[in-house]
Amino acid sequence: MSFEIIESCTNCWACEPLCPSKAIYEAKPHFLIDAEKCNECAGDFEDSQCASICPIEGAILNEEGVPLNPPGSLTCIPLHRLAA
Amino acid sequence: MQKPVINIAVAEKHPHPSPLPEGEGVSGALGATSKSGCAAGSCGSTDKQMNHLPEHIRDKVKNHPCYSEEAHHYFARMHVAVAPACNIQCNYCNRKYDCANESRPGVVSELHHPVQAVKKVLAVAANIPQMTVLGIAGPGDPLANPARTFETFRMLSEQAPDIKLCVSTNGLMLPENIDELTKYNIDHVTITINCVDPDVGAQIYPWIFWKNKRIKGREAAAILIEQQQKGLEMLVARGILVKVNSVMIPGVNDKHLEEVSKIVKAKGAFLHNVMPLISEAEHGTYYGLTGQRGPTHDELQALQDACAGDMNMMRHCRQCRADAVGMLGEDRGAEFTMDKIAQMDINYPEAMKMRAEVHASINAELEAKRLAKESKVQVVSIQGLKKKTKSRPVLMAVATKGSGLINEHFGHASEFLIYEASTDGVRFIGHRKTRPYCEGGDTCGDGESALDTTLRVLAGCEAVLCSKVGYEPWGPLEAAGIQPNGEHAMEVIEDAVLAVYEEMRAAGKLDAKVEEQKVA
Repeated sequence: MSFEIIESCTNCWACEPLCPSKAIYEAKPHFLIDAEKCNECAGDFEDSQCASICPIEGAILNEEGVPLNPPGSLTCIPLHRLAA
Repeated sequence: MQKPVINIAVAEKHPHPSPLPEGEGVSGALGATSKSGCAAGSCGSTDKQMNHLPEHIRDKVKNHPCYSEEAHHYFARMHVAVAPACNIQCNYCNRKYDCANESRPGVVSELHHPVQAVKKVLAVAANIPQMTVLGIAGPGDPLANPARTFETFRMLSEQAPDIKLCVSTNGLMLPENIDELTKYNIDHVTITINCVDPDVGAQIYPWIFWKNKRIKGREAAAILIEQQQKGLEMLVARGILVKVNSVMIPGVNDKHLEEVSKIVKAKGAFLHNVMPLISEAEHGTYYGLTGQRGPTHDELQALQDACAGDMNMMRHCRQCRADAVGMLGEDRGAEFTMDKIAQMDINYPEAMKMRAEVHASINAELEAKRLAKESKVQVVSIQGLKKKTKSRPVLMAVATKGSGLINEHFGHASEFLIYEASTDGVRFIGHRKTRPYCEGGDTCGDGESALDTTLRVLAGCEAVLCSKVGYEPWGPLEAAGIQPNGEHAMEVIEDAVLAVYEEMRAAGKLDAKVEEQKVA
C-alpha cells in the first residue's frame, strides 16, 4: 500500500513536511515516495496528506496507478481547454 | 528541468470600451482625502499623498522603493525564492510554470534554500548598495513554508541588520504565525485580499489546504477570508504595517473591491494596492484558459481612484517577479545566480559601512529634492489661483530612464509613465509596458508590430514626451491622436508635462474634447 510521485511533480516541497511517515524525500528530477514507508496516511489522517495539498493534477498516483487528483479536479479548468 | 513555481498572471490585453462608472465617494469614507478638500488622488504630488499617514508610518515608507514613487528611483529591492509551497490555489496562478522571460509575481527561475538565499542577499547588498529591502513573496506562500521563511529571516536579522524585511502572504496561516513573525523586526506585511464575500471568493479560489484537508468552493473561501481579516487585525494590533494587495478581476471582484478597500483601511491597513489581473492564455491559468480578461487602463484607473487617497503611493507598482533583483522595473537577477555568487567573496561588515555612506548621500539628495519641491508647489499654486480657469484633464505619456527626467528615446522605451495634467496640477497615474519600438519587426507571432503595441498601450494619451522621437513613428502617432514631443529632453517630468498642457491651452486644444482616439 503506497503512493507514487511521477514526473509532472514541480518540486514545490508542499507535501514533504506533511508526510506522517516521512516517506517523501527530495530527489532529482523530482520528489519521490519511499514505498516501504508510505502507508497512505492510514491511522494518521482521514485524507492522505500529500494528495490533499499537491497542486499538480496527476502528479501523485495510487497503488493502481490512478491519479489521486485527476485532470481538472483542482484547477477546475475544463478538459477541452487543458488539452488545447 | 522544471522548477517549482507559481505563476500569478498578468494584464491589460484587450482594451475593452467599458470603463467603470466614475468612482467617487469612497475616499472620504476612508479618511484618506487630503485636507485641502480636493478629490482624493487628483491633487498634488506623492509627498502630499503621504501626508495623511501618521509620522511613524511615513518615516518607515518614505525610503521604501515599493511605497514611495520618489524613493523607487533611488532605492532597490530584492525578493528571494525560498517559499515554493502553497496552501491555496488562485485562478490567476499556474503552479507548473517557469520562464526566465516572464516578469510577473509568482514566477521564479531558481529556488533557494535559506542558506543560499542569505548568501545571495549579502552578495546583492554588497554590490548594489541601494538595495534596502528584502522580501519573501513566494513563489508559493511564505507562511506555507514557515521553516524556510523564518530561517531566512532569522539569519538576515543577525547578519544584515541594515536590510528591511518584508513578507507577502495570502493570509491563510497568518494568525498561527503571528508570534514568530514579530520576532524578526519585520515591519511590513502584505496580504493579498481579493474579496470579503465568500461568494465572490468561490470564483477566485478553487481550494485551500486547511487543517489537514483540501477544502473546496465557498467553504474554502469563507475560511480564507476569516483568516485574512483576523491576521490583518492581529498585525495592526502589534504595530506592524500592513499593505493589502488586490487583483482586479473584471466581472468577478471589480465592484466588490471598493468595499474591500473600505474594510481593510477601517481595520488599519495603511495602503491598499489594486493591481490588474494578468491572464494571457499561454500562462495556462484558469482565467487565462477560460477567457477571463484583465481590466483596461481606464477601468483600473477608475477603480484605483475610487479606492483613492493614498493610492498614488502604489501607482508605480511593477508587479515584480518573486525573485526580482534591482530597482523597480528592472531585474538584475541574472547577475546573481548561485554559480556567480559562489565565486564572490563578501565581507558584509565592510560592505555595510559603504552602504551606510551611499544611503546617507541618497537621503540627503532626496531631502533636498523634497524641500525644492515644496517651495515650488507653493509658487505654482499661487500662480494657479491667479489665472487658471477650469479646463479638461489630459493624459500624457513620458519616456524616462528614471531620476524624474524625460531622458529616454521613444524607440528605446520598454514602458511609459502616464501623467495626468489638469487645472489642479500634474499627477502620476501609472506605467504601461510595451516592446521597445527599435527592436522592430513583427515579432511575437501575433502579427502586431512593436509600434502597434505602443500605439495600443498609449491609447487615451494626447501627447508622448521623450528625449527624442524618430521620423518613422511620428506619422502613426499623430494619426492616433498622440502628439510626439521631443522638445523637453532632460527636463523634470512634472514641469514638462505642465508646460505642454499650457501650450495646449494656448492653442485652444483644451476647450473641447478632442475627437475620439484611433486605436491601432
